[in-house]
This record gives sequence, C-alpha cells and structure tokens, in this order.
Amino acid sequence: MNLSATGMAAAVAVGLVTALLAVIRARTAVIGAGTALTGAAAVFAGAAALAGGSFSLVLPGVLPLSGVALTLDPLGGLFVAVTGGVAVATGIYAVSYADTPDLRARGVQVALPVFVVAMVLVPAAANVATLLVCWELMALASLVLVVAEHRRGPQVASAGRWYAVMTHLGFMSVLIGLMVFVAHAPDDSFTALREAGRHLSPAVAGVVFVAALAGFGSKAGIVPLHAWLPRAHPEAPSHVSALMSAAMVNLGVYGLVRVGVDLLGGGAAWWWLLVLALGALSAVYGILQAAMSSDLKRLLGQSTTENMGLVLIGVGAAGLFASFGDHTLAALALTAALLHVVGHAAFKTLLFLAAGSVLHATGSRDLDALGGLRPVMPVTTAAFGLGALAASALPPGTAFVSEWLLLQALIHGLPAGGVTAAIAMPVAVAAVALTAGLAVATFVKAFGVGFLARPRSDAASNAHESPFTMLAGMGVAAVVCVVLALWPAGILPAVQAAAGGVAVSGDVTLRLDQATGALSPLLLTLGLVAAVIVVAGVVRAVVARRVRREARLWDCGGGPMSARMEYTATSFAEPLQRVFDDVVQPELDVDVSHHQESRYLVQAVEYRRKMPDRIERRLYRPVLSVITAWGEAGRVLAPGSVHRYLGYGFYAVCGVLILLAVTR
Amino acid sequence: MSALGVVGGVVQPVLIVAGSPLLVGLMRQVRARLEGRAGAGAGQPWRDLRKLLRKERIAPRGTSEVFRFAPLVLVATTLVVAVVVPFIATESALDPVADLFAVVALLALGAVALALAGLDTGTAFGGMGASREMTILALVEPTLLVAIFALSVRVGSTNLGAIVSSTLHDPARVISPASLLAAVALIVVIVAETGRIPVDNPSTHLELTMVHEAMVLEYAGPDLALVELASAMRLSVFLGLLANLFAPWGIATEATPLAVLIGVLALVVKVGVLGGLLAAAEVFVAKLRLFRVPELLAGSFLLALLAVAASFFLV
Repeated sequence: MNLSATGMAAAVAVGLVTALLAVIRARTAVIGAGTALTGAAAVFAGAAALAGGSFSLVLPGVLPLSGVALTLDPLGGLFVAVTGGVAVATGIYAVSYADTPDLRARGVQVALPVFVVAMVLVPAAANVATLLVCWELMALASLVLVVAEHRRGPQVASAGRWYAVMTHLGFMSVLIGLMVFVAHAPDDSFTALREAGRHLSPAVAGVVFVAALAGFGSKAGIVPLHAWLPRAHPEAPSHVSALMSAAMVNLGVYGLVRVGVDLLGGGAAWWWLLVLALGALSAVYGILQAAMSSDLKRLLGQSTTENMGLVLIGVGAAGLFASFGDHTLAALALTAALLHVVGHAAFKTLLFLAAGSVLHATGSRDLDALGGLRPVMPVTTAAFGLGALAASALPPGTAFVSEWLLLQALIHGLPAGGVTAAIAMPVAVAAVALTAGLAVATFVKAFGVGFLARPRSDAASNAHESPFTMLAGMGVAAVVCVVLALWPAGILPAVQAAAGGVAVSGDVTLRLDQATGALSPLLLTLGLVAAVIVVAGVVRAVVARRVRREARLWDCGGGPMSARMEYTATSFAEPLQRVFDDVVQPELDVDVSHHQESRYLVQAVEYRRKMPDRIERRLYRPVLSVITAWGEAGRVLAPGSVHRYLGYGFYAVCGVLILLAVTR
Repeated sequence: MSALGVVGGVVQPVLIVAGSPLLVGLMRQVRARLEGRAGAGAGQPWRDLRKLLRKERIAPRGTSEVFRFAPLVLVATTLVVAVVVPFIATESALDPVADLFAVVALLALGAVALALAGLDTGTAFGGMGASREMTILALVEPTLLVAIFALSVRVGSTNLGAIVSSTLHDPARVISPASLLAAVALIVVIVAETGRIPVDNPSTHLELTMVHEAMVLEYAGPDLALVELASAMRLSVFLGLLANLFAPWGIATEATPLAVLIGVLALVVKVGVLGGLLAAAEVFVAKLRLFRVPELLAGSFLLALLAVAASFFLV
C-alpha cells in the first residue's frame, strides 16, 4: 500500500467516521474538524499521486455488475488535492459558521463529510460504474446542503429544485454518453475504454464526446447549461457554496479532460473548437452577469461560470493544438487551464468564505445595503480584498499567472493550425481580454462598494468580526492564494504532471520552453513593493508637514453627505449595463410621480431594474412551458375515476400481450 | 542582468519622473498657443507639484488605508513600468517582468487602486469616476490585448526587449499593414487609458464629463501631487511605449555613454513629438459623450483584429 492509497483510505475512512459522529451533541465542531482532516488526507493522497505514487484497487463485490475500481493517476491526483485543500479551509470555517439552528440539523451535518468524500472519490474512480455512483452521491449530498437553510425563504427551495433537475439531466447525459462508449468496449474499466477509444468510429466518438460535454459542462456551470449555478451557489450555506464553487465545478472539467483527452484520446478538431467556443461564451457571459449583479454571493457564483469558461478555453485550445499535432503547445494550454483550476479553487474559497463572514455579521448579501465594513471587520475585508485581487487577473494575483500562460498559449497557437487557428485564436484572446477587463470592474465593485466607504444600512454599521475558526478558514485559503500568486513554480511540476507534458520551466521565473516568453511574479511583486517603499520614503523626506489633518468630505457646501448619496453597486454597474444593453437586455421601470399643483415638481422617483438571464429566458422558458403544457394536456387523462385507471391498466396489458404475440 | 539593463533601469525612471511633468507642460503650452493664449510655460506642472508638496496632508473623514495608499501604488506601478520597459536601452533591468501583458496589467493595477480610492471616499463623485474609469478599462482591454497579439506574432514573443530588437533589425516590418493597423488601434487605446480628449478631458471639473478628475476629487496636498505626477508619468510611459514599439530607432544597444545619451535624446524627442501631436489633435476634437466612447473603442478593436488577421494572411 503506497502513500497515495494510504491517503485515499484515510480520507474515506475519516470522512465516513466523521459522518457517523453526527449523532453526538457537539457535532458542529467534530464534523468541521473531521471534514478538514478528510481534506488534509485527500491533499496528501493527491500530492503523493502527483509525485508518481499512483495506485489501483479493485473491489469486485462492493457494487453489482462491475464492482468498485479506484486508481489515482496524476490528473486525478491534482483534482483530489484541490478538493482536499478546499475541504480543509471550509471544514475549519464550518466549526463556527455551521453552528446555527438550521445548519446544526443532523441530516445537514452528515451530508458535509459525505459530500467531500464523494468529491474526493470521483477523480479516483477507475471504471464507469464507480464514477457514476460517486457522481450521484456527490450530487445528492450537495443537494441536501443546498436546501439546508430552506426556512429562509421560498427561493432556497426553488434553487434546490433547479439544481436537482439540472444535475440529474446532466447525470443522464453523462450516463448516455458513457453507456454508448462502454457498449464498444469489453468492460467498463477505464483501461478497456482507453483501448476501445482508439478504434471508435468518428461518429460514435463524437456522440460520446458531445454527451459527456453536455453532462460535465452543466456541472461546471458552462453556458447555456449554467442556469442552476447562480441560483444554487448563493442559496447554499457559504461554506457549502465554497465547496461547490471551488471544488465541485472543477470535477466537470475533470470529467471532460478524462473522457475527451484521456479515454477518447484527443479526437477531431471540431470537438475542441466547440469547447473553446463554449468556454469563451461562458467566460464573457458569466462575468457580464456578475458585473451587473448586486448580490454578493450571486456575483461570486456567476464569476465561477466565468472562470470555468476560461478553463475550458484552455482545455479547448489544448485539444485543438493536439489535433494539429503540436503537443508542446497543447501541454502549455492544458497547464494554463489546470493552473487556473487550482488558482480559482483557492481564491473562490477565500471569496465565498469572506462573503459568508459578511452574511454572518450583517445578515445581508445585497451590496447596495453593505459598505463601511473596513473598520468593523478588518480581517474579513483584507481577506476579500486579497481574493478580489487574485480573481481579477492583476499582478500580483493568482489568476494573473494562469491567464498569462493561457494568453501565451493562444498567441503562439496562431502559426500552429492554419486558418482555423487564425480565426479562433484572436477571438479567444479578445474573449479572455474582455473577461479580464470586466472581472476587474466586477471585483472593484464588489470590494469597493461592499467593504469600503460608509455603511449603507444599520446591519452593515452594526457588523462585527467573525469568530476565530472562520477567520482561520479564510486564513488557510489566503495563504494558498499568496503562495500561488508569488511562487506558481512551486506547484507547476504537479500541474504539468497532470497535464501530461512539460511546456514551462523555471523556479522564480517561469519560462516557456518552446518560445521566448518569461514572467516572474515574485520579482514583479518585489519590484512593486520596493517602488512603494521608495515613493513613500521620498514623499516623507520631501513633504513639509507630515501629520494628516482630518477634514470634511467635499459636499458642495450642502452639509454632511448621507450614505444614500453614495454610489451603489447598481449605479456602479450602470455604464456597463448601458454599453451591453443589447446583450443583457435589462428590464427597467422608472415611475415619476408629480405634485398635484404642478407637473414640474417631482414628488418621488421610483426606479426598478431587473436583470433576467437572457439565455435562460430564451432557452429554458420555452422548454418549461412545453413541459407545463404537456402536463396540462396529460391531466385530461386523469380525471380521478378509479374505473378509468383500471381500464388503462387492462388495455395496457392487452396491448403488451398482443405486441408479444405478434412479434415473438 | 547586463550592464545595459542596469543603466536603463536607473536612467529611465529618473528621466520619466523628471520629464513627464515637462511633457504635460509642453502639451498644455502647445494647446494654449494653438488656441491663441500665451500659456503658462512648460515648467508650470513642476511648479504646481512643488506647491502641492508643501501643503498639509489631509485625511478626509471616513476614508481608510485604501485611500491613503492608492497614490503610492499608482506611482509605484508606473515606476516599475518605467524601470522595466526598454525605453532608452534594448535590454531591461528586470527582463522577466518586461512582458507586454505584465506591463499592461501593472498599469491597470494602478488604475484599479485609484478607482478603489474613489469608491472609498463614499462621495457620489468618487463612485461616479470609479465606475466610469472601470467601464472604460474593461472595454479597452480587448483592443489592447489583441493589438499586443498582432505585434507579437511577427516576433513570436510578447517580451518587450524581443519586440524592440526585432523591429530594430528589420525596419521594413514597421510599415507592414499589421503593424500600421495595430499602431492606430494602440493610439486609440492610449488616448483612452491616459484620459485624453475625446475620451476624457484632463482639464475639466464638470460633473457630467469628469472621469479621472472625479475619482481624485478628495485628494489634496502631497497626495494630489503624487496623483498628478503619476498621471503625467502614465502618459509618458504610454507614449514612450508607442514610440519604441513602432519606431525604436536611436535606442541604446550597448552600454557606452554616447549610446545611452543618444538613447535618452531619442526618447525625449520621440515622446515630445508624439505629445505635441496629441495636444495639437486635441484642439480640433471635442470630447465624446461617455456612451459614445464604446463605439470608438469598438472601432479600434476591429482595427486590432484586422491587424492580427493581416499578420497571418499577408505575410
């Protein structure tokens, strides 16, 4: 039994024992600590697998037909380690956060470690049956957690329904794809599928790939299958949001890479162009929705769609380059994508935990009612600020490094693939750039409006800092964010082992192997810090009077300004909303009521803005209304008469008998 | 790190810090003369800075560290760019940072720091300026990155030193369609990023039109001096970048005093000429409405996209 097997066994054992301990009274602390330990064991297992210690295990009796088969290769190991890392931070955080009446319920507490164990097992599955069982276990456990706070309002149950339906449709899509695949292989183990994947006809392979893309893509929140994500992620308790947004969505990417790259062995260029296009669409659409959003957690959920879109751009580019035969470049693109997965997991955990801390302290997620949290919640503010910097692709942030690698891959891909690449690459670069620009605006809004300035409500002004374990959970995520931002070379060997090729090397400086290109996040940060110190020193030496005098804000002479005069998140996003009016199509409603004496005196102005998801309206509403109409039509057949139902049964049996008599 | 890189890394920031207020003064003087005024002379921005630095430091009530540190970060990001970009010498002091994407992201970081400071004041003006600045920044980014893409195709790298050296060795490429289209796209981007007419008017304080000035309305004294210096430095850095990406001639390729002197003079002349042209052009155009700016930027994005297409199809 090697290290990775020991780690996996420990993760599963600790997780399940923790789940059993939910019966005791002090369960919140035990479950939190147990989840964190499960995560730590998973990180260990993943790290051991990335270092080369893979293992295989077959337990034939556990599941009917094909049994449980587990293995951990570097690709799976990376995702296990990422999931484990997220679980460590969220487990510590949950010790205090989950100590509310709703979240203390046994069923909810049991679901947390089970969810983590299921997520850890998905990348370790070595046959289709194990993958699907763990996938479904993960979906069910997370569903329980999403609806944990259902007493808060009907929107939670609605989010739960959306999630349940869409995750199962996705599951069916994966199931269909993999069943078609398995039908062409001797058994359902990945080894057999890998062998069979080479001899599949292009049509069958295409069907398998598209079905897998739809299923795994919906789990990753890819447009147009994203509708559940901005509902379920914000309505779930914040530590669960972090687990879902930072760990669970990654498994969609894992599934796509596993099936498309590993089992099907690459495939046609059009597959990856499709992935690239969906990725670009998701990235731009996701961040555009986030830029308009004024709900802190919804914004973070929409930004998850954006980041998964960026990852898919990388995966799509990698597949495209591989289909052109340029494997170094493919490795570079896949490395960028996987590095972004890791970075996104770190900063999205941090951001969701910080948002949970705000929710815990103020009871509000509405940016328009927040603000002024800096003096009362300094640690949470710092944590969110760090996460926002990491998420907005600015140096020295985590996403900056992975997006730089992604852009390098796209730029160097131009000569690789003829006219296809000549059209796809500039468009992809433009999509990444627009995404990056809008992400900056989004996170400036989230941080600047949500945490700085003056409080916009009593809840925000009466906020208090969160308890220690919540801060410690954020601290873990923050440290990982900083390490990833300053020293990405530290995990680059692991990521490249998972990507299956070496395209970047270096220690302090990252250097591209096949082209001139280098970036040193550490030197950049040191340079920046040195420059700040120099400037501060010079200013201190030059200025005559050092003491700052406190002064009134400039209020145009109109007396002290109230918080209502501040810019809100809605007003901050207004220019962008007008620029992208044709894309987002907001529903605006302005009511101006006048004084009775004169029409020129305005009594009140009422402004309402709704930002319905346009893709959802166009794509889901028709389907839903067809289903409703079908249901209405079906009701004619069920008037409530028992005789009629008996008659249906009789005719159905007769029909089957006749059919059998004719065909046999 | 070569000797040339060290020389560049020391001389460039000094030159940019000392020269950028003079550039702003020169541009104002050009405008004044074209509009029939006498003008205050090219040294006026330096005199303003001296005056501001002697004033008291002010902390508006309710602002946090973000407000206090933003000017430092703004100047620091520009300073790092001034050190690493090959302005007077082809080699960079910090080559692993002299990447076009990194430089652009650093300059964006400065803008973000200022936008957060604008929001931190909690005034309507601060928020308005921040909101507009971020909108423009988000829309500029695609043009900027695609233009960089077009420039990097012929070199096969986004390293600034590599791009500049390649243009030096093969001057004919400057007049290729890809290069010209990218240049026009970049000019529009630079006008937008540095807040010049027609995107923003640096000399207005009218609430309907302010972008940059609205964000910095609460700054006074030495902090305002830093903000003013930084915006002048950003202008010089962007113009210098434009000059050296498309016309790097005169830049020092060896670490002799004469070569460095020629490099300095060449940069001063190029940036001065570009600044003068920009100022002269500003006399003849009016500021665009904020919501017409996206159309301008969309046009420049199209040019950048054409530049990439041209670099691929017309080789």
